[in-house]
Amino acid sequence: MSIADLHTLTGAYALHALSDEERAEFERHLADCESCAQEVRELTATASRLGLAVTVTPPVELKAAVLRRIAVVRQDSPHPPAAPGATSSRLRRARWSHFALAACLAAAAGLGGVAVWQHQQADSAQQRADTAQRQSQQLAEVLAAPDAKAATGSLKGGATGTLVVSHSKNQAVFVAAGLPRPPTGKVYQLWFDDAGSMRPAGLMNPARSTEAVLLSGPVGQASGMGITVEPAGGSPAPTSAPLAVMSFATA
Amino acid sequence: MKEVVHISGARSAGPDLPELLDRVARGDQDAFSSLYDAVGGPVLGLVRTVVRDPAQSEEVAQEVLVDVWRTAARYRRDRGSVMNWVLTLAHRRAVDRVRSAQAATEREHKAALLEQTPAFDDVTEQVESRLEREQVRRCLRTLTELQRQSVTLAYYRGMTYREVAELLAVPLGTVKTRLRDGLIRLRDCLGVAG
Repeated sequence: MSIADLHTLTGAYALHALSDEERAEFERHLADCESCAQEVRELTATASRLGLAVTVTPPVELKAAVLRRIAVVRQDSPHPPAAPGATSSRLRRARWSHFALAACLAAAAGLGGVAVWQHQQADSAQQRADTAQRQSQQLAEVLAAPDAKAATGSLKGGATGTLVVSHSKNQAVFVAAGLPRPPTGKVYQLWFDDAGSMRPAGLMNPARSTEAVLLSGPVGQASGMGITVEPAGGSPAPTSAPLAVMSFATA
Repeated sequence: MKEVVHISGARSAGPDLPELLDRVARGDQDAFSSLYDAVGGPVLGLVRTVVRDPAQSEEVAQEVLVDVWRTAARYRRDRGSVMNWVLTLAHRRAVDRVRSAQAATEREHKAALLEQTPAFDDVTEQVESRLEREQVRRCLRTLTELQRQSVTLAYYRGMTYREVAELLAVPLGTVKTRLRDGLIRLRDCLGVAG
């Protein structure tokens, strides 16, 4: 894409209307283009006005639920990744998570299995973290946590899943490899296993057979994770038998 | 720090959001509760407009608000207002949700997508948000039809510019420039500063 082409993407960028790849390319351009960065700031602020125009009065339960959740969520440290442009670090990390996945999988595969991987964790944690931090700080924070523990299991159809939990971060990451495409109109949904009751923990991208996902929500008292096939968009509670239930590693 | 950072039209009363967010970043849950009162409605409204499904919208809104708590220390005043920061997070999350659902299922019927302007009918009793809504609606009318359709399909429906181009049957380059021109015109109409 030419520089002039890139420059016209400020609007699409501010509206989150680019694909991941285009977004990455545009952000590299943004780093060297102060006038674009200024325009992006203004257009992002303009887009937010469109958002503000559809304000609703939220139900009171929403506030109660959010306040309950934040009480158990650890806050991130302030150091922002050196990011030019107007997007927040959170967005940047979301975009990079697929790349982090590749790094994570490569690490797991390269070390030839989980037992070895766990054994080597102490040596390679820092090295992995260095790579992943640039790519996906959030995933990396879980993977590199001193108390991070990994467990791997087989899913149906030859797929494998690795579940990494950090109780200090109160977060978990699920890395799937070789997942068959879900049936049309279905997605893989992840669940925290709270003593047998399943709590929604996010969806996997149905277009990818290999993906690392930060489970949404705190680990809390969960003992593990389940994965089910659900209608697109996910369900509030599982509607099918789990493909797999994995326990968090404890040792 | 009494800088007023409301990006809404009404700039009078209202809490000092950067100050509140500073306290939130230090783990102050009471400050978060006050911040929630200011941003909860805008977050849910935006997420609901993009995601549509009420249960999913509430789930995504919760994730956004927990993100605000978690990443409060990363907010930078020089990048824009607190409301802008929060709504950018909310929009991104909502778009991610819509796109992950969309990959597997053919999205709503084309006709349904084309009624792209949101309902604007969820009445909020606050005068401030009513004024905001009227101003935005007035400014949207100053756009050309193609600019307005492109901007609202992208923002309120979470579509990529490629999808917008396909839906409106216009070249990609045209949509790119209409998104930019349309937002620039809105920016000037709304008097948004960077």
